[in-house]
Amino acid sequence: MTAMQQGLQSCESCGLLSRPAPGEEEGRCPRCDEELAFRKHSSYQRTWAYLIAAAVCYIPANVLPVLTTTTAAGADSDTILQGVVLLWSPTGWPLSIIVLVASIMIPSAKIVALAYLLITAQRGSVANNGQRIRMYRMVEFIGRWSMVDVFVDTFTAALIQLQPLMSVEPGPGLIFFAAVVVFTMLAVESFDPRLIWDSASMREADSKEVSYA
Amino acid sequence: MSYNQPVADPLLIACLHCDLLQRLPDLQVGGSARCPRCNKELWRRREDDSLNRTLALTIAAALLYAIANSVPMLGLTIVGRDASTTVIGGAQHLWNNDQKIVGVLVLFTAVIAPALQIGLMLAIVLGAMRPSPPLWVGALLRYHPTTRIWSMIEVMMVGVLVALVKIADYATVIPGLALFVLWVLVFILAGMSASFDPREVWHRIEWADGEHRDAAGDFEGESV
Repeated sequence: MTAMQQGLQSCESCGLLSRPAPGEEEGRCPRCDEELAFRKHSSYQRTWAYLIAAAVCYIPANVLPVLTTTTAAGADSDTILQGVVLLWSPTGWPLSIIVLVASIMIPSAKIVALAYLLITAQRGSVANNGQRIRMYRMVEFIGRWSMVDVFVDTFTAALIQLQPLMSVEPGPGLIFFAAVVVFTMLAVESFDPRLIWDSASMREADSKEVSYA
Repeated sequence: MSYNQPVADPLLIACLHCDLLQRLPDLQVGGSARCPRCNKELWRRREDDSLNRTLALTIAAALLYAIANSVPMLGLTIVGRDASTTVIGGAQHLWNNDQKIVGVLVLFTAVIAPALQIGLMLAIVLGAMRPSPPLWVGALLRYHPTTRIWSMIEVMMVGVLVALVKIADYATVIPGLALFVLWVLVFILAGMSASFDPREVWHRIEWADGEHRDAAGDFEGESV
């Protein structure tokens, strides 16, 4: 039995369970004053919007250079992937893998995973609920780590200012990459994980009614 | 918008990940309750002096934060030239080089959000320790999870490590005091979050609708 089926709303901020005033769909939490609803407001639309924005930014983030190195010999621009390759050395390979995972694999996996969660929930899927909620938690937990590359480029550029010998400047790809991270984090925030379970909860309630009849 | 009517049983809750209605069981110190359907941790009972521990860790975090942001984090020397940067210096460099938005994002995730995370926690714990915790404790506690999501010191530290290895190819890297302080801060912040029990504080504070106030801070004895 779910809270929604009983006409109860739980507060996302303080966890209190409460009942809206008769005839009303939503109210405020009497304990912490948060606005309450059965499910997050227009969760599908907002999550899709952030996700599409992230997917659009993902392309320039990977195609445009994130760092430009200027030496006496000239200027050289690196994309994220080129940065990973440059970092690969007998001693640096573990860090190269960290950047590869955090900057390239996690953002793309996040976009695909969120799209999968949205599509299955919207189609009313009742299969693999346990797996899907684990996927949601993974995406929620891991998302922030994509910021690693932004910090790498920030501090590399801030330190290597040895004109005219050598200087490093952030490239035009950096803002798109940062946008991918922020948009996917906002998408996760907007998604209501309870939507994963709603079809299964409804079916469960129906089958119980049948068996009691 | 009017206030909802709370359910009579304070232990009756719904899982925030699957909406399953359930009653929280009695827990031993250190024990945790999980949702039987989706396995989300619903509540973990902290040590009885959870607020004191949290306060100690929060004060430590505030001091470390102040040191970390006032001394250099990373320096280098190459052919007789020196350079060094602080955390804020990194964001400032982006701002000055036409990367204003990314600069603000770095400043927010590495400096402002951690400050809010520590500052709000300090206010919440001090407020919650008063004999009758005031309404504003709840207002701050509502926003605290957001500051935790956007506070990314541990992510920054991995980024700094990678930057350090990259730079070591060209120059001699000099780790600054802030680098070590920030690593300690990462663990203190994790401990601060782990020792804090929001459920206990929510139980003690004054209610927004001014009616249903629980006098007892301890909710062991009043189940059902």
